Amino acid sequence: MKISERWLREWINPPVDTAELAAQLTLLGLEVDEVQPAHPGFSDVVVARIEKVSPHPDADRLRVCEVDNGNAELVQIVCGAPNARTGLVTALANVGGTLPDGTRLKKAKLRGVESFGMLCSAAELGLSDEGKGIVEFPDDAPVGKSLHAWLELEDAIIEVELTPDRGDCLSIRGIARDLSARNDLPLTLREINTAVIQSGVTQAVEVDNACACVRYAGRVIAGIDLSRRTPVWMVERLRRGGVRSINLAVDVTNYVMLELGQPMHAFDCKKIQGAIQVRLARKAERLVLLDGREVELQTGTTVIADDSGAIGIAGIMGGLSTAVDESTTDLFFESALFLANEIIGKPRSYGLHTESSQRFERGVDPAGQTEALEYASGLLITLAGGKAGAITDMQIVERMPVPIALTVRQSRLKRILGMEVASDEVTRLFKQLGIDCTPTDSGWSVIAPGYRYDLQVEEDFIADIGRMYGYDKLPRTLLAHTPQLHAVPETQVSPLEIKQRLAARGFQEVVTYSFVEAAQQSLLRPDLKALPLANPISSEMGVMRTTLVGGLIDVMRHNQSRQLASMRLFETGLRFLPLPDSQSADSVDPVIVAGHGDDQQIDKQLQQQNMLCGLVTGRLNAENWNSGVDDNDFYSAKADVAALFARANAGVVEYLPCALDMLHPGQRATITVKGISVGFIGALNPALQNKLNLSSLPFVFELSLAALLTARVPAARLLSRYPQVRRDIALLVDDAVTHQSLVDTVRQASPEMLQEVLVFDVYLGKKVVKGKKSMALGLILQDFSRTLEDAEVEKAVTHIVESLGREHGAELRA
Amino acid sequence: MALELDTLIVEAKALVADATTLGALEKVRVELLGKKGRLTTALKSIGSLPTDEKPAAGQAINKAKKAVQVLLEERLLALDNAALAERLCADALDITLPGGGIVSGGLHPITRTIERMTALFAQLGFNVALGPEVEDDYHNFEALNIPVHHPARAMHDTFYFDAGRLLRTHTSSVQIRYMEANQPPLRIIAPGRTYRCDSDMTHSPMFHQVEGLLIDKDVGLTDLMGHLDSFLKMFFDQDDCEIRFRPSYFPFTEPSTEVDIRIGKGSWIEVLGAGIVHPSVFRAVGIDTEEFTGYAFGIGVERLAMLRYGVKDLRQFFENDLRFLSQFH
Repeated sequence: MKISERWLREWINPPVDTAELAAQLTLLGLEVDEVQPAHPGFSDVVVARIEKVSPHPDADRLRVCEVDNGNAELVQIVCGAPNARTGLVTALANVGGTLPDGTRLKKAKLRGVESFGMLCSAAELGLSDEGKGIVEFPDDAPVGKSLHAWLELEDAIIEVELTPDRGDCLSIRGIARDLSARNDLPLTLREINTAVIQSGVTQAVEVDNACACVRYAGRVIAGIDLSRRTPVWMVERLRRGGVRSINLAVDVTNYVMLELGQPMHAFDCKKIQGAIQVRLARKAERLVLLDGREVELQTGTTVIADDSGAIGIAGIMGGLSTAVDESTTDLFFESALFLANEIIGKPRSYGLHTESSQRFERGVDPAGQTEALEYASGLLITLAGGKAGAITDMQIVERMPVPIALTVRQSRLKRILGMEVASDEVTRLFKQLGIDCTPTDSGWSVIAPGYRYDLQVEEDFIADIGRMYGYDKLPRTLLAHTPQLHAVPETQVSPLEIKQRLAARGFQEVVTYSFVEAAQQSLLRPDLKALPLANPISSEMGVMRTTLVGGLIDVMRHNQSRQLASMRLFETGLRFLPLPDSQSADSVDPVIVAGHGDDQQIDKQLQQQNMLCGLVTGRLNAENWNSGVDDNDFYSAKADVAALFARANAGVVEYLPCALDMLHPGQRATITVKGISVGFIGALNPALQNKLNLSSLPFVFELSLAALLTARVPAARLLSRYPQVRRDIALLVDDAVTHQSLVDTVRQASPEMLQEVLVFDVYLGKKVVKGKKSMALGLILQDFSRTLEDAEVEKAVTHIVESLGREHGAELRA
Repeated sequence: MALELDTLIVEAKALVADATTLGALEKVRVELLGKKGRLTTALKSIGSLPTDEKPAAGQAINKAKKAVQVLLEERLLALDNAALAERLCADALDITLPGGGIVSGGLHPITRTIERMTALFAQLGFNVALGPEVEDDYHNFEALNIPVHHPARAMHDTFYFDAGRLLRTHTSSVQIRYMEANQPPLRIIAPGRTYRCDSDMTHSPMFHQVEGLLIDKDVGLTDLMGHLDSFLKMFFDQDDCEIRFRPSYFPFTEPSTEVDIRIGKGSWIEVLGAGIVHPSVFRAVGIDTEEFTGYAFGIGVERLAMLRYGVKDLRQFFENDLRFLSQFH
């Protein structure tokens, strides 16, 4: 909410400057967002009267004006505004003056005619958003007076960002009340006179007991002249309050609302048919609003209606059919109380957030209706003439908000604030806040003022004491604390360790959005259904990810378009798996089964699984003068995964055949731990490379993070003191024979002595028969009790070779 | 005889000096001391001498032999040293050339920031708790004293899936889940992703918060202020760091505060919201409001990271430009 400092100071004028006033408000919890000068930033602009207008000799659109700027001689101004006319009082920027946009005015020649300044529109002066033609001031405006002085622009616009609980501060009066308490100064109350009833015209009102309205006050003012302009001072105050001038009647209601916080509405009395009925909307009832929009009213909405149907949505916006305009002679002012609980949510459901709805949603002072009505009546009659009729004040007493009364305990206050505040001080602060307060043995009996809807429970009152006492004066204490040891399970691996391991291996962690494009997602994991957002920001962020691969692919593409060909990336985070018909997550995605750990579930319909995903492409190591550059490939990615399982070594890890279409059919594997499938690794299927617009083929792996978070506690074993023996064998086998199957056979054939089997060469090519490959294995043998003899080593190796021959058709290569 | 030996030693000196390689030196050794070497031959010739001359001749020859051995050893050492010196010289590298291998990667600045925060709160006994990102209305709003239509909901531009499920708008939902499952006293912090459907220069539809919750017998606003004041000062690790508390409003805390920070002569920047846990929240999870009090806070991770590391544009965190990210290695 924006307020004029001058206006505020008419209510409360603490002896502090603007900056200090703003600081006070902020420390009261009424956060000042911005303080701007009310002055839009022009200089040497004066009130001036056009004395004579003649056509420009060489331009149809321009006129030559003789203008009185208060000096002895008239000045000649060339002006293009269509409303430039003799007798008009307007604003003149003199030669040497400046405009808010930085224009400095010089003597100029326009199409051969000299011009000594510029007649300005409100927009050019920064006083309004719109400005058709030059600004029009009342005839009695003081010609020659600086606009700065006349408009009292020596003022600041203070923008307060109110929290939603403080509806009472959506007015000058409300903010002044808090300042009054803070500064221990009384408010200068606005003197509001009761209008003399001079007219017998009244408007019948009926209020339905079941609707949002508990009080409906109104009066007719007959015989007004709305063709009169709103006075400049009022337009200016509205502007500083962030409200545009519409017409005199509407301006008066807005002025009263800004000052007192009571929203009002003005109806053209002659357009109301029959009695005003405040009631709930009927089914399918329609209404054309003031802004010209037609809405179908929702049941549960309270409307203002007449015999023709709805003529306004209560507390939100009036209807077009009964709107006041310049021709209105009799108007009906509405000053009502609609219950916050009933209005709340309605503006949102209509997409209509107005100054009025904002206040009613947060709660309006139940005692302020007739006061606002009188204030508005007085202003309108002064400015537009007319005669006041009697006030109609309908109240549904049993539904009026009841002031909150409760006990605030001294002990509770000390506990919540963390410090004691002297009893007298608390009593004083309560009273200054308008809280009815009676000290008791152990605290205070308090009654909240009607306008403080935020005071509901004991802690609310305590918070107000803290606020008024000043957070800046509260000590910052350190809570006494006895540290305790917590168990540190050694079998637990922290996600941070895993991340750091990857970083050390050249991986960059990235963070991508959890919502992704549905189309990309279904290219990658067509087998998984994704959870769509009901209100996504865009279709590129339409569904929750079922795999983290897509995010990494996007990062890869983004960086490749910035000439970065090689990268090693990883991300951790949740993926979201909808579980149809309460199926288990494991059956929905058998490739990466749920691992628990940090996984989350709020219901049986969705698995939120913590994942680790990696992507490598291009060069493995940096371009280097010293050695060759290796490329990332399946095996380098496998080594990366192996490095993680070297830490998270709780179970046997195996790489088994995989059927994911996302991956290259010849370069893919599922990863199992203790026989449970926890992830996959592979080259992206080349068929997807173009579809995903990638300039190289990435290798990816994705694992349930939980699978990487358990390790075994080391159990040291005895080391042999006897030498180890190595025997190398080169085997010729069918291409389809896997390394793993050879190793398994070797291990079975020599369980005792064999310590390790290495594969140190794999060869396919000219030197071997087509369909065959050569694999060279290094066998490392050792005994714990003695040095192995050559003969027994030879015997063991022969047995191994025979087994390999028998089971895999392997032949020793010469 | 003595004269011959003296000549031999003179000649030996010359031969040894002329040997510039290990091979040449070995030849000299063989010539002098080998099986058929001159000194060996001389020694053998003693047998033909008269008995009374034998001891003296033997002594003289042995002495000469020792002298030659010393000459050879000294020369050998000199040649070894020279060879080593030459090799060391030849092996010298341009130590300014870069080393090869994998260039190390790094953690994302958000992770780095969360870890820094977690480490600080760990000293105060706070453990990390996590929660789901797709939440239900109850844990994200209702239990936090934000009923349907509460104006505070307007401050949370919420992503919805259906009537009951949404993307959590804050990590405060973890408070509720943790309190449902654990009994006070409690000290937890909950870092994680949060979501609001708002996207511009200063808003990202996804961002991170670290939620904090401390519940004990007697926890008040001044205790909250003390902890957060120390935390922020330690986090920013700068002497000219001021912390300001001002009253604010959150439905799930009362009293509530926003916390601003000012570094040097800069302006106040809001970094977090906090407060004393509202009794309605305790009631929702069945904690006795008379037995326990507690505080809660929610810190914007991006905000802290931007201030700490001088990041100007929030969106950079999620663009994942590797040139940007590599600055945080």
